[in-house]
Amino acid sequence: MTEAIRVERLHKRYAAVHALRGVDFAVARGEFFGLLGPNGAGKTTLIGILAGLVRPTAGRAAVMGHDVRRQWRAARRSLGLVPQELVYDPFFTVREILWLQSGYFGHGRENRAWIEELLEVLDLADKADANLQELSGGMKRRVLIAQALVHRPPVVVLDEPTAGVDVELRQALWRFTRRLHAEGHTIVLTTHYLEEAEALCERIAILDHGSLRALDTKAGLLARHPWRCLCLELEPPDAALPEAVARLVTERDGGRVRLRLHRLHDQIGAVLESLRAAGVRVRDLHTEEPGLEEVFLELIHEGAPAQAAEAQA
Amino acid sequence: MSARPEPAGRGAAANLRGLYTLFEKEVLRFLKVVVQTLLTPVATALLYLVIFGGVLAAHLEVYPGVGYGAFLVPGLIAMTLIQNAFANSSSSLIQSKMTGNLIFVLVAPVSPLEFYLAFVAAAVVRGLLVGAGVWLVALLFVDLPLHSPALVLVFAVLSAAVLGALGVVAGIWAEKFEQLAAFQNFVVLPLSFLSGVFYSIGSLPAPWDRLSWLNPFFYMIDGFRHGFLGVSDAPPGLSLAVTAASLAVVSAVCLAMLARGYKIRQ
Repeated sequence: MTEAIRVERLHKRYAAVHALRGVDFAVARGEFFGLLGPNGAGKTTLIGILAGLVRPTAGRAAVMGHDVRRQWRAARRSLGLVPQELVYDPFFTVREILWLQSGYFGHGRENRAWIEELLEVLDLADKADANLQELSGGMKRRVLIAQALVHRPPVVVLDEPTAGVDVELRQALWRFTRRLHAEGHTIVLTTHYLEEAEALCERIAILDHGSLRALDTKAGLLARHPWRCLCLELEPPDAALPEAVARLVTERDGGRVRLRLHRLHDQIGAVLESLRAAGVRVRDLHTEEPGLEEVFLELIHEGAPAQAAEAQA
Repeated sequence: MSARPEPAGRGAAANLRGLYTLFEKEVLRFLKVVVQTLLTPVATALLYLVIFGGVLAAHLEVYPGVGYGAFLVPGLIAMTLIQNAFANSSSSLIQSKMTGNLIFVLVAPVSPLEFYLAFVAAAVVRGLLVGAGVWLVALLFVDLPLHSPALVLVFAVLSAAVLGALGVVAGIWAEKFEQLAAFQNFVVLPLSFLSGVFYSIGSLPAPWDRLSWLNPFFYMIDGFRHGFLGVSDAPPGLSLAVTAASLAVVSAVCLAMLARGYKIRQ
């Protein structure tokens, strides 16, 4: 068994909404996996099924080989969930919360050292005896992460952990999740920030309207977008462009020109040669590769059928 | 802090530590607001004692040889005990649902039975503490016999458990504080007030005297009072049977709701 998560023909219907429409995928052990999609795509429902918060209408889901319905205790012990909302229990201190959460998972005194280590690592030691109500949003977010890790789950699911978080904390959370991954945890990250998925995830699934639109490596997804940008600074600034170049222009501000090139049909060399032949001098140039954002928007807007099956192969 | 493989043999076994921790959390929760959860109900019960006991003591003798104060105090203890057992589990659950922190228990390997036992046991503890508080303070004012400590304890625990389980049912069912308040004010409060706390149901006019025999709270309070006074409206065996049956019915409903994940798992 090498899979941390397996989801097969998973459906979830609410009264009026078909939130998941037969989703299939697997996450390998030790993988850093991204789950992307617009609002209402079904990401939180999918995570909810893995964590036991949502009951699937059909299909099956397993965490570390444990079916989430039939072997629910083992499945829940294998998963640590960092929820999207900043939820907390206002009656308790940080240390008490971690102690209680550890107990819910069946751990006793033997876990005390681990709780203290989590407090240190997540920079919560100074606030360990503070009530949750007294903490800032960023601190509460760290407590949620500590709670998810308190039973040492091999699989950690972070549901939009950096939503509404300042830049400094976002960087700190990125460092921490990278560390968890480096230490052997399987990480599943849902995010609205494509930059975040691009920076962290090895493979990415894109969900939309309850269906898997794509599942591929980061490089594989990026390769689906055939465009790249060529940015030029021309001399003279008002130079007339030959037709072969003019048709590629997407933006022009005096001598600064931005061109969109098709990977297969438009060559940078040919563009430069046309300009030289027209007597236009290139003072500077650079290229910009597409980001996940372009791929994401293209997939979501085109409404293409799921290509998950081929991507998984 | 590396990912650790799952220990073998921890798959399906009961999570007793989880059960105990959830119970501990529920007890700690009400101990953190002890003025609200313990002292206030004791003070309220004493107000009833002062007002009703003081005014009526000279005029009423409910059972031969039993003064009104001695009649009233066991009823007050039982009423305070069951109302607080209900309040403990219901308010904790509705708060956890409204603030969203119930998720921390729902993601844990805690079974419906373990969840039920933890909440009901904590409700029983709060009920017993409040009941003991009312009793101790009432002893300053009333000379109260203790006919059968075992019967008192059995009825106290069973009654608190019934209302603790009913509190879980109401806490799961209610989606807003307003709905829970309605359940408390239109179900729990009338049934407990109309259960013979302040009077013997034999003194009620028809049809209220007969209708009182349909109120399960009457048997809880009547049996509890029998433990103190040795006399009661209903035979203590009948009261015990009705209270135990009430516990079985409410617990079955509660466990069925938890097992289905009714209103707590989507």
